[in-house]
Order: sequence, then structure tokens, then C-alpha cells
Amino acid sequence: MRRARRLTIALIAVLGVASAACGGGDTESAGTVTVFAAASLTDAFTEIGDAFTVEHPDTTVVFNFSGSSALVTQIVEGAPADVFASADPSNMTKLTDADANATEPVVFTTNLAAIVVAPGNPTGITGVADLATDDLIVVQCAPEVPCGRYAAQVFENAGVSVSPKSLEENVKAVVTKVTLGEADAGIVYVTDVIAAGADAEAVEIPAAVNVVAEYPIAVTAGAPNPDAAGAFVDFVLSDRGQTILTSYGFVEP
Amino acid sequence: MTRARPRGRRVGLPVPVLVLACVAIVFFALPLVGLLWRTPWADAWTYLADDDVLTALRLSLVCSLWATALSLVFGVPLAWLLARVEFAGRGIVRALCTLSMVLPPVVGGVALFAALGRRGLVGEYLDRWFGITLPFTTAGVVVAQTFVAMPFLVITVESALRQLDTRFDDASRTLGATRWYTFRRVTLPAIRPALVAGAVLSWARALGEFGATITFAGNFPGTTQTMPLAVYLSLETNTDEAIVLALVLITISFAVLIGLRDHWFGRPDRLQGTATA
Amino acid sequence: MTLTADIALTLGTLDLRVDIEVAPGELLALLGPNGAGKSTVLRCLAGLAPLREGSVVIDGEVVDDPAADVFVEPEHRQVGVVFQNYLLFDHMSVLENVAFGLRARRTPRADARRIAYDWLDRVGLAEYAGQRPRVLSGGQAQRAALARALATNPRLLLLDEPLAALDAGTRGAVRRDLRQHLATFDGMRVLVTHDPVDAYALADRVAILDAGRLVQVGTFAEVTAHPRSRYVADLVGVNLVSGVVADGALMTPGGATVVIADALPGPAFAVIRPTSITIDRHSPVGSSVRNTWPGVVADVDRLGDRVRVGIDGALPLTAEITVAALESLALRPGDNVVAAVKATDIECYPA
Repeated sequence: MRRARRLTIALIAVLGVASAACGGGDTESAGTVTVFAAASLTDAFTEIGDAFTVEHPDTTVVFNFSGSSALVTQIVEGAPADVFASADPSNMTKLTDADANATEPVVFTTNLAAIVVAPGNPTGITGVADLATDDLIVVQCAPEVPCGRYAAQVFENAGVSVSPKSLEENVKAVVTKVTLGEADAGIVYVTDVIAAGADAEAVEIPAAVNVVAEYPIAVTAGAPNPDAAGAFVDFVLSDRGQTILTSYGFVEP
Repeated sequence: MTRARPRGRRVGLPVPVLVLACVAIVFFALPLVGLLWRTPWADAWTYLADDDVLTALRLSLVCSLWATALSLVFGVPLAWLLARVEFAGRGIVRALCTLSMVLPPVVGGVALFAALGRRGLVGEYLDRWFGITLPFTTAGVVVAQTFVAMPFLVITVESALRQLDTRFDDASRTLGATRWYTFRRVTLPAIRPALVAGAVLSWARALGEFGATITFAGNFPGTTQTMPLAVYLSLETNTDEAIVLALVLITISFAVLIGLRDHWFGRPDRLQGTATA
Repeated sequence: MTLTADIALTLGTLDLRVDIEVAPGELLALLGPNGAGKSTVLRCLAGLAPLREGSVVIDGEVVDDPAADVFVEPEHRQVGVVFQNYLLFDHMSVLENVAFGLRARRTPRADARRIAYDWLDRVGLAEYAGQRPRVLSGGQAQRAALARALATNPRLLLLDEPLAALDAGTRGAVRRDLRQHLATFDGMRVLVTHDPVDAYALADRVAILDAGRLVQVGTFAEVTAHPRSRYVADLVGVNLVSGVVADGALMTPGGATVVIADALPGPAFAVIRPTSITIDRHSPVGSSVRNTWPGVVADVDRLGDRVRVGIDGALPLTAEITVAALESLALRPGDNVVAAVKATDIECYPA
């Protein structure tokens, strides 16, 4: 299994997933902290990184945003990461199972599922139950990725049977299908709808049927810069960090 | 005329060329060997016997063959036009028709949306007038694959047509053959090796197509989930399965490439230098 | 069964204006240097190059006439062509090559193959019927190409440099062979060649084409007896002078005067044989020679025991003298000399 994971790095690189390996070359030098974070954290963490640098002027933050499963594979295979922020606990478990964490994972934020629709909600969707009709083109994430599991959970909680037209490989692809007008609705995270700005609109999913996606964070075992890594994790958990996350639609745990 | 050479010595190969060529061979062979080495042979059969895998495999083969057929039907006339007809803006048309080779496939998928999607330039009317929607359908997979695969055929065939002496067409015409008869009976047979090579290249490209397919056609088992999509998604959860699936794809492509090369590419170029000259 | 062609066409730097006529059963050779436009004339006749002006009429049928907006496609002209390098289709057998024209005209397969086989038999290639053309020798390929062209029963047969692709050793034999086979075809034939030997051996009449213009038409003997172009003069190996005759002398555009006997006034050509020219260091005094032209030795070429001396001057000439004469005169390029010719040794005829 470990061998296979090592190989996955190569496969992922070939598939063109962004890699921070190019920026990770000088992480040896004190003052650089390399953060591997889930793609859904891209905007929020970029701002957190800027704010962190203001407080720690001697430290440079380098990010590698990608799918959580790709990131955990890269770390286990020896990629020089200091911090790992996952979009779901199961990928963090992969890290702890491999003893690749230096600190106990902490849930630093949560995300809620939402229905993404075109601006103005032209199809008049009011809730999950409306997605069960064949007249609508509904897309969701593939069951292999966290957002797909959450979508399935939401449908189960609501007791509706939805026939999606496509099982997308990541949550951004679901948003894109809706903003391009090719799909009528999709199940994504609240934060993704906010990130899409005026191109999309969210239909809230009631708490009763919704799921809470937990985002754990940890310093990695092989962290080249554990001090800066710890400082970064602390900053994320601080009021300042939490305020930034909330402004992007994340919910404090 | 061969000159006398000391017996037992190979034909003089320039050493630097040989070394670089060997590096290239290793570069291509090593990843494959690595893949074989990592393959969980014991579980391989369990993964392969999965219905979803067989479905994806069948879909991959069907779609890539359709894409190859469409590339031939439309690509050969296009190549002929580019090679034989002088018209203003030919360079631009050629660049346009081969652009999808260099376009990131995902961008290609978005571009296809813009053209053939539900809100696309043409797609909107296809939907409104004929009730045809391509995204999220098997036809959409074929369209996406054809979009990225056809340039390989066009380039190969155009180059062959350019090298072909047009006087063979003249000879055919003076013998009483119409342009169409000449095209079918003289031009096409003369470039048969290039046709086969181009078709194989575009088939291989279609078989491995990922980005444009997942963007334009989406991913749904049985309708649009081809092998590369299945491989990619299984990487998320089960790397072993991904490797086995990738291996299946590689084996099929490898067998076809080897088989066809032996059959078609070993021959001397036909038609050129007939008689003495 | 006649061919009348009045061809005007511009192709790149070539400005072609050619008027030819071929009588029933006649073989006309178009002879001329490379780039003269010979092959283009054939392409015009075959319909592979449309005319800009003029017309092509085969057996009374107008097949090209831009003014009347008539253009018959090559496949409907019934004109057979044997191309340079023969252009046999290498993806089919020799038999299929010969049957190609018949198949293209929807002759049933079995009939086409039978007729094609008869033609192959006639040109002595029956044993190669099932082979690919690439196994044929140059001469065999030429015969196969001839059979392929004739199998379609053309009204007009065109041959483009049919011997140029062959090496010198086999050319003679293949030429004799070709003459035999051509004799069995009683339609009109037009042969393009740059080799006067082909024209001499195969043609009834020769048309000399130079820089897009016909300069001479006639039998080979007529053409070579009275050269009217530099090309033919070089072919025959004589000096050709053109100018205007007045008062018993021909004035060249270069300003030289050539005294001649019995010439009619008007534009004319004069032929001076190299062997008629004598070379001296000084003008001969008290001689009967009417023509003396000062010049400078340009080059000296030894050919066995004869020497060709090129002389530059108002009248450029090539003289032929013996090695002994060369040695006694001790001629070197750059020497001033005087070339002399008796008026009665110069042949003059109206242009």
C-alpha cells in the first residue's frame, strides 16, 4: 500500500494537479512554513497567510492547495510539508495511520453543504426534495471524494432519491457546471458558493438534514520547520484566523 | 552500394546518438516497469471482475472507436483541403484545427461547453430545436474525444498528402477517373500507411482522454465514465485499484500499437520513386 | 482526326504562346531546352492546365476555349498520357494499373482485366501482370505506362520525356522498342523531349520550342538544314547570325556586317560553319576573303585533333581549326585575332 501511494505522487503530477514541490525547495531555510491545504481553503488560507506574515514578518508561508487525498499521499511519500489542513477527517486519519503527524489533529473549522443554483434560482429550487425530479440536471461529487459522501448523506437524511447526471471529481467542477449553465443544481459547500460570487446562488439545506464537514489541521512529523508550523496552526485557531475563515462562509466548530 | 566493412562490426552508429536514444528508451520503459512492480497481482482479478470496471472499459473502447471513425470521416477531407487547396487564411485554419492539441484538455472541455453546451452558441439551438443535449451523454464523450484526437490524424495525413506527388492524381484523371474516383482509388491507397498511423494516434489519444471528457461530458458510470476517469477517481480511495485499471488501459494500447506497427509501418513508402527516376 | 491547339498561358516566369497542329496518324515531337514550356503544352492538351487564351480542338471537338467558356475535364477528353517517370500506381498490380482507366470508365471488372491483359501481352509484360510496378525495369515500366494509356483507347496520345528516366545504356534499345509500339497506334501522338535523338528517331515532324515560343516546325531534316534559333544552331553545331540584308550584306543588331552572295533583301538568317572560318593574327592582305571580323579569343576547347575557338567581338563566333594551326598561331584566351570567311561559304535564308 505504501509503495502504491508513493506511485500516486507521480500519477497525480502527471494529471496536472498543482504541486507546491516547486516552491518547497527552500523550506530548509528557517522562516519558511509550507502548508498543504485542501483546495476549498484556497481563498481563506491565502488571506490567513498574509495576515500571519504581518504578525511574523520573518516567516514566509508557502501553500500547496489540492485535493485532500492527493495532499496526504504526497506528505506520506515525503513531500516537505510543515502543516496539513484536510477537508475531512478521513484523509487526516490516513496521515495519523501513517504516523506522519507531529501534533494531534484539531478540527479548526467546519463547512456546511448547500445547493448551488444559477443566479436568481431560475428553476425555483427550495430544498433538497426539489432535486428528485428528472427534469432537472443535478450534478454532485463522486462518492470517492468527501463532497460526494456528504451529498449522499444529505440525500439520505432528507429521504429523497436523486439521479445525478454526473459525479464530478471535485467540488469546484460541480460549481463550474452550474455557473456555466450546464447543470441546474449541485450539492457543494457553502464556502464554494460564496467563492463563486455573483455567478451562483446558494439554497440553504436545513440543519436537520445537513451534514457538518469537519476540517482538521496538524503539524506533520517530517516538518522541516516545526516551530513556524506550530505558530501557523495557532494563528489559524486564533480569533483572527477564525474571523477570516468565517468571512469566507466557514463555521467555527 | 555497400562498402566493404570489417566483419562482425555493426553498422557505424554514432555513440552520442546511441546513448541519448537509450536514455529515451529507459525514460519511457521505467515508469511502465515501475507500474508493473507496484501492481497488486493477487488482488488484480477482484478489481477487474468489478462490473463498473468492465462498463468503463467497454465505454472507453466504444467511444474511442467512434472518435477515431469521426476523425477519419472528417479529418481526412480536412487534411486534403489543407494539403491540396490554396486558399486565403489556410495557415490560420490549420492552426485553428490543431489548436486542441496544445489546449489544456480541461480548457477544451469548457470551450466545448461554450459551443455545444446547453447555453452554448450552437448547443442552445440543438437543445431547443432538436432536443439534443451533448453534455453528460455518451455522445458528449465522443465529441470531447474527437475534439482532442482528430488533430493527430489531420497532421499525419496532411503531411503524407504533401509528400505525395500530385502528378499521380493527374495520371489518374487522364485515364478517365473523376476527382472523386481518383481520391478514393489513387490518393487514399497511396497514403494508407499515414491513414493507419494517424488513426492509431488519434485512437490512442481518444482512449487516454481525460480532461475534456470529464469537463464536457461529466462522470457517470455507464454513460460517461471512461477508463481514465475511473482510474482518476479510484486514485482518491484505492490506489491499488487505480493501478490495475491503468494497467488494463496500457495493455490494450500497447497491444494495438505493436500489432499495427508490424502490419503497416515496416513497409517502404509506396508510390514514391516508382520506376527509375 | 486532327488536333489544333492555340495555346496562351502564363505560369510563373513562363509566358507560353504556342500554335500547333497534328495531322491524323502523325507524331509531332516538341523539342526544346529545359524550361521552354514543352511539358506545359502537354498539360494544356491533356486538360491538366487550363488555357488563359486560345483553344484546343481534338477531332473537331472544342475541349478548351476560355473565350467560349468551354473546358472539358481531363477524364472526358480521351487523351492518353505517358508521364515522365511513368507514374505507375504502386499500390496496385501491373494488371490493375493497365485496367485502371477502363475501371474508371465503368467497364465491368472481368472485361477490364481481360483487355488489360491483352495489352500487357502486346507489350510483352504478361508475366508481370500480378506483380507490383516497382519490380519493373525502366523500360518495362515505360511499356506498362504506354499500355495503361492506350488501353483507354485515346484519340490523342501524349508522351512526356518517355526516355529521360532511363540510363544511357538502355535508352537506345528502349527507344527502338518504343518506336515499334508507337507504330501500332494510329492516332495522333505528341512527344515531348529535350533529346534531339528522340525527335529524330520517333517523330514525323518536329516543333522547336524555346522560351515559350515555337521557333521552327518541320521535318527533322528541314529544321536542322535551316536553323532559326540558337538552340537548333547549337544542336547542329553551326554559328547562326540573324539580321537584315541590304546591298549584298547582312547587318547584325550588334553592328557587324556579313557580306553574302545572292541574298534577297530583308530580315534573314546566316549560317556560318565553324570549319569555314579561318583565324589570323592580322587582317589578310590582298585576299579574296570578303569577310574579316576582329575579335578576342574567349576560349579554346580541344576535341581530339580539332580545336574549337570561341571568339568575342561584334560578331561572336565559334571557329574550328586543327591542333597544328592552333600551335603555329600559339593562340591563348585574350589574344587579338581576325576571323575570316568567304562570302560563298555563308548560307543565307530569309527569316
